[in-house]
Amino acid sequence: MNWDWSAVADFTPRFWDGLLVTLQVLVLGSLIAFTLGLVWAAGFRAGSRLVRWPVHVVTEFIRTTPLLVQLFFLFFVLPEWGVQFSALTTGTLAIGLHYSTYTAQVYRAGIDAVPAGQWEAATALSLPAHRTWLTVILPQALRRIAPALGNYVIAMLKDTPLLAGISVLEMLQQSRLESAETFQYTEPLTVVGVAFVLIAYPASLLVRTLERRLAH
Amino acid sequence: MPTEPTETHDLIRFENVTKRFGDTTVLDDLCFSVRPGRHVTLIGPSGSGKTTILRLLMTLERPDAGTIRVNGGKLHPADEKHRREVRKKIGMVFQHFNLFPHMDVLRNLTEAPVRVLGLDRDEAEQRGRDLLELVGLSDKAHARPAQLSGGQQQRVAIARALAMRPKVLLLDEVTSALDPELVAGVLDLLRDIARTTDITMLCVTHEMGFARDISDEVLMFDSGKVIESGSPEKIFGDPGHERTREFLGAVL
Repeated sequence: MNWDWSAVADFTPRFWDGLLVTLQVLVLGSLIAFTLGLVWAAGFRAGSRLVRWPVHVVTEFIRTTPLLVQLFFLFFVLPEWGVQFSALTTGTLAIGLHYSTYTAQVYRAGIDAVPAGQWEAATALSLPAHRTWLTVILPQALRRIAPALGNYVIAMLKDTPLLAGISVLEMLQQSRLESAETFQYTEPLTVVGVAFVLIAYPASLLVRTLERRLAH
Repeated sequence: MPTEPTETHDLIRFENVTKRFGDTTVLDDLCFSVRPGRHVTLIGPSGSGKTTILRLLMTLERPDAGTIRVNGGKLHPADEKHRREVRKKIGMVFQHFNLFPHMDVLRNLTEAPVRVLGLDRDEAEQRGRDLLELVGLSDKAHARPAQLSGGQQQRVAIARALAMRPKVLLLDEVTSALDPELVAGVLDLLRDIARTTDITMLCVTHEMGFARDISDEVLMFDSGKVIESGSPEKIFGDPGHERTREFLGAVL
């Protein structure tokens, strides 16, 4: 097997485009996962069973079906019902939705770990419900769960190549297009693999530092 | 039989209140009332339901039967808005302080006055600093709760409750979690507050000396009922009930 640096050079423009798309999916997908996860977590704690039950069923369903199946479903089946988004939008929504069911569990654990005395103190001070959540409970819960959320962002990064399955032009899909034209597989795939390491490894170090800093 | 409050000057009335946790009846058909400005101490063996009374008043628990009135209005059934108005008039200090650990001391004191009473921040901070002076912690305004001793934390918690200018202060075994050498500072502060304000106090405590000092009235609890009540001189000096004598004999 011969390593051809010129193949790497040829792939570079496509690679940057792909990297940009990957990061875009990651950032927007994380935002969706973080926000929607919080909505689910609030649903878990709802006073009414009519809210808790559907939230439980929906999130369990999403959490226990493969992301790739969900991607295909949203991309190929939804248009038959007249709902159509671009591949990039579909992919971002799907990955955000999928991971929101994981972050929901993290939020739930974090919120449950806030001592009951904090809720009671908030009640004793007459703080309204939304204030109790925003200024008392969530800041304490987030401290505890920030590392876990960080780990899910890294997991999400590693799941972005699944979006190649619906032809989103992220890094892997760009390398496949390159290989289809040049018949060179080694260089583009290697570049993409190395890129994942270069993002994911420092990110995991960051998470570990965060964990240590928040642990005390 | 729940009766309408004929004594309109009662600030707090428990009318035939029953509270169960599972199979355990912690309050059994309890009746008592507290007039404004009085300092009432609840004593009795652990598990006799004293803390539950405070928690019912703070709406942290619901009664299974009976009526609780604050200022004549029922706590249950009532809409949440009414309960919120009642809560604003009641402050509570907990055994384990329950300060907000992610806020500094001053923020602990200003959060509710700003968010609930609508004070502007400068006003709330001034009130907070005045209270910190009262509790002897002026220099700790920007410390985090974790940097304070238990006694200091409890003094901050007292200041936090007072920052809402409550009519009623509920004190739930406020020195039980403190190291022995820190107890006196907290109790002295509460004696001061009892002496210098017209705030109504309901106090659950095992500190009998303190109970004797601040109380207008002592209620002796056993098995979810008030078995004896009276002035501290009467209860501590000449208890009428066998169980009271036993209890005081064990703790004094």
